[in-house]
Amino acid sequence: MQPLITFTEYGLFCQPGNFYIDPWLPVDKAIITHAHSDHARWGSKEYLCHRGCKPLLELRLGAGTYQPVEWGDIIYVNGVRVSLHPAGHIIGSSQVRLEYQGETWVVSGDYKTEDDGISGAFEPIRCHSFITESTFGLPIYDWEPQEKIYDDMRSWVQGNRESGFASILIAYSLGKAQRVSVCLSAITEKIYAHGAIANAQEILRQSGFNLPSLTRITPETPREELKGAIILAPPSADGSSWMRKFQPYRTGICSGWMQVRGNRRRRNADAGFALSDHADWKGLLKAVHETGAEKIFATHGFQSAFSRYLNEQGVKAYEVKTDYGDMEEENDSVGDSTI
Amino acid sequence: MTVLETVPYDQEEISGGMHRFSVLVNTLGTSTKTNEKLDALTSYFQQAPGKDKVWVIALFSGRRPKRVVNSRLLAEWSREQAGLPPWLFEECYHTVGDLAETIALVLPSPESDSPEHNLSWYIERLAELGPLPEVEKKAFMLECWRELGKDGRFVFNKLITGGFRIGVSQQLMVQSLARVTGLEASIVAHRISGNWEPALVSFAELLSGEGMSEDHSKPYPFYLAYALEGGPDSLGDPVEWQAEWKWDGIRGQLIRRNGQLFVWSRGEELMTDKFPEFNPLLQLLPEGTVLDGEIMPAREGKPLPFALLQTRIGRKNVTKKQLTEAPVAFFAYDLLEYAGNDFRDIALEERRGQLEQLLTSLHHPVLLLSPVITFGEWRELERIREQSRDKVAEGIMLKRRSSVYQVGRKRGDWWKWKIDPLTIDAVMVYAQKGHGRRSNLYTDYTFAVRDGEILVTFAKAYSGLTDKEIGQVDHFVRQNSLEKFGPVRTVKPELVFEIAFEGIAASGRHKSGVALRFPRISRWRHDKGPEDINTLDDLKKMLEMYGK
Ligand SMILES: [Zn+2]
Ligand SMILES: [Zn+2]
Repeated sequence: MQPLITFTEYGLFCQPGNFYIDPWLPVDKAIITHAHSDHARWGSKEYLCHRGCKPLLELRLGAGTYQPVEWGDIIYVNGVRVSLHPAGHIIGSSQVRLEYQGETWVVSGDYKTEDDGISGAFEPIRCHSFITESTFGLPIYDWEPQEKIYDDMRSWVQGNRESGFASILIAYSLGKAQRVSVCLSAITEKIYAHGAIANAQEILRQSGFNLPSLTRITPETPREELKGAIILAPPSADGSSWMRKFQPYRTGICSGWMQVRGNRRRRNADAGFALSDHADWKGLLKAVHETGAEKIFATHGFQSAFSRYLNEQGVKAYEVKTDYGDMEEENDSVGDSTI
Repeated sequence: MTVLETVPYDQEEISGGMHRFSVLVNTLGTSTKTNEKLDALTSYFQQAPGKDKVWVIALFSGRRPKRVVNSRLLAEWSREQAGLPPWLFEECYHTVGDLAETIALVLPSPESDSPEHNLSWYIERLAELGPLPEVEKKAFMLECWRELGKDGRFVFNKLITGGFRIGVSQQLMVQSLARVTGLEASIVAHRISGNWEPALVSFAELLSGEGMSEDHSKPYPFYLAYALEGGPDSLGDPVEWQAEWKWDGIRGQLIRRNGQLFVWSRGEELMTDKFPEFNPLLQLLPEGTVLDGEIMPAREGKPLPFALLQTRIGRKNVTKKQLTEAPVAFFAYDLLEYAGNDFRDIALEERRGQLEQLLTSLHHPVLLLSPVITFGEWRELERIREQSRDKVAEGIMLKRRSSVYQVGRKRGDWWKWKIDPLTIDAVMVYAQKGHGRRSNLYTDYTFAVRDGEILVTFAKAYSGLTDKEIGQVDHFVRQNSLEKFGPVRTVKPELVFEIAFEGIAASGRHKSGVALRFPRISRWRHDKGPEDINTLDDLKKMLEMYGK
C-alpha cells in the first residue's frame, strides 16, 4: 500500500486526498501549517489553514482563496479526514492530522513544546507516522524557560535605559516579535517597531489577538523621541542604515541560534537571547515519544543526527530532504517588500 | 600617593568570583565596542577578588595553569553525564566548534544554586589535581560541573582546555590596569610581562613591582606596526623614513642580563631552549643588552623560507639533525637596552647607529644585522619592494627615523607595507560544516587544481567570503552533494575560487606535494568554470620560484 504522504518535488503530497501540505511550488490545493516563508508559498489555487494564519497569509501572499478552520474541526478532502491542531510555533501555526483507511499521519510543521502564552499550547497527537521538524535537533539546544529569558531581556533593556542607550531587539517579524512585544510591554508603555513588524502586529490585533500595540517608525518619527527607546526590528534591518537614527543604541538578537557563543560573536550584536519558536532537543524527543508513532520522518534542521539517534533508541526514523529552510529564524519574508 | 593604594584588593573573603569572571568573559566576548570592553575590564579590576585579578592578567596574557585532564577524558565524562553516544557528542562539538562550550551545553542543568567559589579557588584545586589518580580527578570535575551554571562551566572548562581568545588585546588589558592603578601604560605593560608566578604574587605586588624578586628575563612590550593601506605617498618626505625588509619569521627579543641569555617571542613565550644556536652570544653580548629582531632560518647569512622552521618549532627538544637542516639566525633591527640603559625613548636613528656598531664589533654568524634599504624616491622603493619574495620577505617595513620605541600596535611611525599574496584559481571539491561559525552552515572548503583529467586537492580554506556568499555556497553544497563521509560532503566540482596564500613549501604529507602558508579565499570567480582553473604544474612552478 502506498503511504498516505509521499515526498515529491512539489512537497508533501497526500495522494488519496489529492492535496499538498506546505508545498514549495504552486499546486491546486495546499494545506498550510503556518505563515513562515519556507512553509507558505505563493501561487497555489486554494489554501486551507487555521483561522489565525489566514490574515497573515493574506498579508504575505496577497488576495486568494483561503479556507480558515478552527483547531479540531474535521474536514473531509476526497475521503481523507483532515484536522488541524495547535503547534505552539507562532500564532495560527498548526499540526496537520490526516486519517485514511485506519492510517493516521501527523505533519508537525514547525513547533515548540513550551507554551508561550500566545501561539496556543502544543498538543501531542497519537499517530502511526509523524513528520517532525528538527531545526534544533542536537542536545546543545536546551532552552531556558521563557520567563527566565524574558527576565534577562527586561533587565538588559533597563540597563540600556539607565546608561542612555536605545535597545534594538532583533526578532523575526512573525512569532518572535509578538513574544518580545508581550515581554517588554511589562516594563514600558511604548514599543517602537520597524514597518514589517508593525504590519504583522496590526493585522493580528485586528483579527482579535490580544497583543500590545506598537508605534511604527516612519521617516517622520522625530529623533529626540527615540532616545533610549525600545525598538523591535526584523533581522533584515540589522546593520542597515535604518538603525542609524536610534544612536546611541545596543542590539540584542532573539534567536535560538544565540545558544552558541560563536554565533553571538559573529552576528556582532551586543547581546544574544536564545529565545526560540522551535522545540529544543528535549522537546523534540518528548513530542516524538508522545505521538506513539511507529515511523518518524525528520525534516529540516539536524535531521540526520536526530533520526540516527531515534533509530538507536529503537524508534524507526527516516531523514527527509526538503526545501524548508534550516535558517528560517534568520530570513524574514514580511520584510521590506510590504512596507 | 598613587591610586593603587586606594583600591581594595586581596579581599579573599569575597566569594562568587567565578561568576564575576564568567560575566567578564561574556561581555568581552560579545561586546562590539572597545570602550565597553575597557569599562568591563576596568570595573573587573576594581571589584574582583585580588587573587582572581592576578589570574585574569595571567590568563589573558596567554599563561595558563598546567593541563591536568586531557580533552578525551573531559569529553568522555561529560558525555557520560549527559547520556549521549560518542557520535552525537562529536556532532555537537562540530556544531559548536569549541570543546569547553560543547561540554557546558550538553551537561544536565546544574543541581542547586550553591554559591560559586572564586576563580582562584578553582585554579588552585585544579593545580592540586595534577598528581592524583584519574578517579579523583573525575570526581572533582563532576562536582564542579554540578555546582556551576552554563556560563560558569564554560569558563571553568576553558581553564583546563586553555585559550581565552576572546577579543581582548594585551593593550586593552594594560590600558584598563593603568586606569585602575593610575600608573603609566608602559610601566604596567612592563610589569605584567615576563616570568612571574601567578600563584605566588599578589595584585599589589605585581603592579607596584614591590616585593617581586627582580626578574631579569623580562622583555619589553613589543612595538607593532599597522599595515600601510594604499601607497607610501601619504607618509610625506622619504628622507624621514627608514626602510627594512619585512621578515616572515618569529619576532623576538634577545636579552642578556645578569649573566644570562633569554630569547622571547612576541607571543611572550620564553624560547631560549628552542634555539641553542644563540648560546654562544651569552659570552659576546655586553651585560644589559636587549635586541629586537626576527628569528629566521638562515644559511651563510641568508634568510631561508620560514617553512623550514616548522619542523623544529613544535618540538620540545631540538635534535642535532634539525639544527643542521634548519639552522636559524637572529636578524636584529632594534636596540632596546644597552649597557643596562632603557633605549626606547631615544630616536630610531640613534638606536640604529648604536646597533650597527655593536653587531659589527661582535661579528657572529647567528647574530645578523637586518639591513636598511637605501632608496631615493617612493617610486624607487616601490620597485625594490617587488623583489620581496626573492629576499624571502613579505614586503617592506617603514619606520620614521625620529621615532621612539612605543608599546603595542600604534599608528603613525611604523608601518608594514606588505606585498600582495600569491594566488591560484581552484575548484571546490569538499565542504564541511563550520567551526564556531553559524552552526549549521557549510563554511570549510577543500580546493583542488587540475592534473590532466584528474583533480588534486591542495588546500583547505574557510575565511574570506561574505555572509551572503557563504549562504549561497551552503545552498550549492546541499543541492550538489555527491557523497557524505561523516561531516564532510563531496560536492560537484563547479565553483571556482581564487585562493590567496603567503608562502609555499614542498610537503610529503599532501597529495599535491605542496603545502601553502595561510591559504584563504580571496574571491569567488563567478566568471570562471572548472575548466579554467590552474594546474598542478602551475603550483609546482610556484614552488620552484618561491618555495626554496
Ligand atoms: Zn516556522
Ligand atoms: Zn520551518
